[in-house]
Amino acid sequence: MGHAPVRFGVVVFPGSNCDADAYHAVSTFPGAGAQYLWHKDTDLKDVQAVILPGGFSYGDYLRCGAIARFSPIMQSVIDFAHEGGLVMGICNGFQTLVEAGLLPGALIRNTGLKFVCRYVNLRVETTRTPFTSACETGEVLRIVVKHNEGNYTVDPETLARLQAADQIVLRYVDAAGERAEGANPNGALDDVAGVCNETRNVFGMMPHPENSVEAGLAGGADGRPLFQSIIDTVLRTAEVTS
Amino acid sequence: MSGEQYVNRRADVEAAVKLGLTADEYAHICKIQGGEPTYVELAIYSLMWSEHCSYKHSRPILGRFPTSGPRILQGPGENAGIIDVGDGWAVAMKVESHNHPSAVEPFQGAATGVGGIVRDIFTMGARPCVSMDSLRFGELTEPRQRFLLDGVVGGIAHYGNCLGIPTIGGEIYFEPSYEGNCLVNAMSAGMIRTDGIVRAIASGVGNHVVLIGSKTGRDGIGGASVLASQEFDETLEEKRPSVQVGDPFTEKKLIEACLELIHRKLVVSMQDLGAAGLTSSSSEMSSKGFVGLDIHADRVPLREADMEPWEIMISESQERMLAIVTEQQIADVREVCERWDLDCTVIGAVTDSKMLRIWWHGERVADIPARRLADESPVIRTPSVKPDYIVDEPVAVDDAGYPPPNDLGAALTQLLAAPNIASKRWAFEQYDYIVQANTVQIPGGDAAVLRIKDSLRGIAFSNDCNGRHCYLDPYRGAKAAVAEAARNLACAGALPVAVTDCLNFGNPEKGEIYWQFEQAVEGIAEACEALDTPVVSGNVSFYNESFGQAIYPTPMIGMLGIYEDVSVHIDDAFKDEGDVIVLLGAEAAWVDGSEYQKIAYGKVEGRVPDVDLQLEVELQSKIRAAIEARLLRSAHDCAEGGLAVALAECCIASGSNGGAQFADPEAPRGGRSGRWLGADVALGSAAAVAGAAQRPDLALFGEAPSRVIVTVAAELLGPLDEVLGGLPHRVLGRVTGTDLRCTMGGKELFTVPVGELHSAYESLPERL
Repeated sequence: MGHAPVRFGVVVFPGSNCDADAYHAVSTFPGAGAQYLWHKDTDLKDVQAVILPGGFSYGDYLRCGAIARFSPIMQSVIDFAHEGGLVMGICNGFQTLVEAGLLPGALIRNTGLKFVCRYVNLRVETTRTPFTSACETGEVLRIVVKHNEGNYTVDPETLARLQAADQIVLRYVDAAGERAEGANPNGALDDVAGVCNETRNVFGMMPHPENSVEAGLAGGADGRPLFQSIIDTVLRTAEVTS
Repeated sequence: MSGEQYVNRRADVEAAVKLGLTADEYAHICKIQGGEPTYVELAIYSLMWSEHCSYKHSRPILGRFPTSGPRILQGPGENAGIIDVGDGWAVAMKVESHNHPSAVEPFQGAATGVGGIVRDIFTMGARPCVSMDSLRFGELTEPRQRFLLDGVVGGIAHYGNCLGIPTIGGEIYFEPSYEGNCLVNAMSAGMIRTDGIVRAIASGVGNHVVLIGSKTGRDGIGGASVLASQEFDETLEEKRPSVQVGDPFTEKKLIEACLELIHRKLVVSMQDLGAAGLTSSSSEMSSKGFVGLDIHADRVPLREADMEPWEIMISESQERMLAIVTEQQIADVREVCERWDLDCTVIGAVTDSKMLRIWWHGERVADIPARRLADESPVIRTPSVKPDYIVDEPVAVDDAGYPPPNDLGAALTQLLAAPNIASKRWAFEQYDYIVQANTVQIPGGDAAVLRIKDSLRGIAFSNDCNGRHCYLDPYRGAKAAVAEAARNLACAGALPVAVTDCLNFGNPEKGEIYWQFEQAVEGIAEACEALDTPVVSGNVSFYNESFGQAIYPTPMIGMLGIYEDVSVHIDDAFKDEGDVIVLLGAEAAWVDGSEYQKIAYGKVEGRVPDVDLQLEVELQSKIRAAIEARLLRSAHDCAEGGLAVALAECCIASGSNGGAQFADPEAPRGGRSGRWLGADVALGSAAAVAGAAQRPDLALFGEAPSRVIVTVAAELLGPLDEVLGGLPHRVLGRVTGTDLRCTMGGKELFTVPVGELHSAYESLPERL
């Protein structure tokens, strides 16, 4: 103990609406604290991990995340990611990471053509990431998705590469942990709910773990291990470097 | 045109009639103005004295409502009512109709309905924390009704989801009477510190009048105020340009900017621009503050360059706010708006003239005494006439008119599949119901429940109105709507404390409609008095008619409940094998106005039972006491479909895990028990059921107020008995197996697997 709290930065775009939830989620961890990073700024304020929150950045006009990626703060986030900094994109944040080229693939319209807000079961496919290290492989997390464009797609070659390199982090499954008809809420290719980049420091997921950190609420607490993983990773890294 | 031309051009009585005013009203305007009004003045009067803005038919009756109480910090007359909920927190709440815009253009009509009600909440300084929507359509067998449903739900989702305000619940009903005139009643509530309330009262001579937000265009000219003050006819399609178009992204920025302005105390007061736009907001702010306002219409940022002053004054372009700001703070206000990329324009000033003056390039084009514009709007009381269709006696059920069904199990699944009863998961799943991280109970149960952060406390909301009941007896139906809204909160363990209402009726110029309105208001008033839930805000929507055919009178009740400790809350799902099922309240049921009457017999007739308010109050306080003592495992109100449907709903809900209700339509995965729970219940003898002698179907499906099904762990039945005391209650049976089985007098009525009940209950999407 005695660690300084892990410093999270939560980016605020105009139209972000899960920024406060991400901030709140981080604050439920005694070993962590969050601060907001304004889209017009370029200063990452020395944070140790960046969260791109859910919402409708810049109204999601044009294409989800397509305008956000050009904001001043994103240029700093891209640099931070290239230097190995931990970046987690949730929902609209995932879309922005894809638009920014920090993650492969694209997120297109749900096959149901409607916004879908629903509990899904997520299987942790790999714990070999800074975002899932506190989970167990095969563990099933029950978390809410809420989006219109969460249908992950990518060309076959890249998909094969993602599979081979263990970059598919979360998949939609049924409660028993099996891939099944009806378990995938948006038609995502290969049931992909979350992916990381090759260097494993950038991670995007469509479901909202920040709404699942308190057992007394409808969202439950299954999102906690993801935040815990980030905290553990930052602390481990700090120990190694100090 | 230059300003001078507007000053010189005077409006005659013919122009007034064209704008919907009467000759008498025009004469009164001339008296106030000391001569013929200018066109701009006339346009302002015509809007402010429209039904929608002036409540001219409803004002004399609405005075009947109780509106105050120790918890009520703000009653009717402001943008929203405000209720103290403890720990320094208060809730601002209001419901508003957007029926006519939605009937013309469902997606944008519903979307801007959400936008408007949300502005009413944050205008007062409250952060919007919940939306709920009450929707009424014609029967789903009609393609246009499916189009309207799809558009309205999509519009609500589009706007509410983008704002990041959870839409937690609401209700949707289908009746032929709404075919030409759907109802979209949007309700919103927000959290505010009790010392942070801002009211829409202009003050401080010399202060700036500032317009914040979107530019002004020709969209929605006369939108709500004209659309909402007329019946529909064959010109419906032509009215489309009167519907405003919403931009939730701008509204989201407005919320953040305005709340920052209010919290940093950078504004004196604030008012949103809703129906009648700049006209109503400026005249209301000045009349409430006993001051004058000078508005320079030519300074308003425009979307279309050639707009005339009267158009600018009545435009209903969305996402705009009016603020009163001191000279010292104007720079800070500009800084906040700039940061959020919002227009911020000084368009006028507060004066001591007590006149609302509109300027156009230096010329005064309107000069109206603000108080008289507000206070002297006409009041009309239509002589009321009791409609011929109203009967005094309930239906005398005989086997000829009401042949008993052969298969009661099939009758039950038929009811569960009825659009009014079936799960509305299809709609609720399009709404983000979990954003803001306060949702305790998601849609689908009796009430929406939220926690208050950094506090043990919580709040709950319900909305209810059975239009069929209100049609058969508007007094009893409206009273029952209040009782049911409160009962739904009590079933979740919350104490009901306040009401917001949306009174949807036909053309008030007709005696029969006016009678329905008077009766409904009386019913609401009596129930609100008995339940100690004052009416803090609301909206009246008249002229809900198409081709002369009125909707069912639909006084929608939205209710707020509070918890000292939200962790006591329970839902309607059966929890464990062996739990005892107890029916609280009277074991009586009527066919009159029931869903069973409609579905099985295609009839809507008779007289609905009267709520015994004394029994209702006792019932609710005892349920709450039992929940607070943590004696109950579940509680569910018996509403449409009667006892059998309520039992079926508790069984179906058991397969879900609280929030997981909508997780998977196919199977009860991830549930508490991992599977559905059934029940074995025995009804009392048929003779005990009033109006249902020897008719088990009526005992099962007949409806009655003041009935609740609860479950209790077997070992806690004794303590529960003690809490309930003299309240009528009876053990019906136990939670057991995976079938719902019902017997009466030892004879089996039906046994249906819960999986089958579930399939019927979730069958709505197949019909869309």
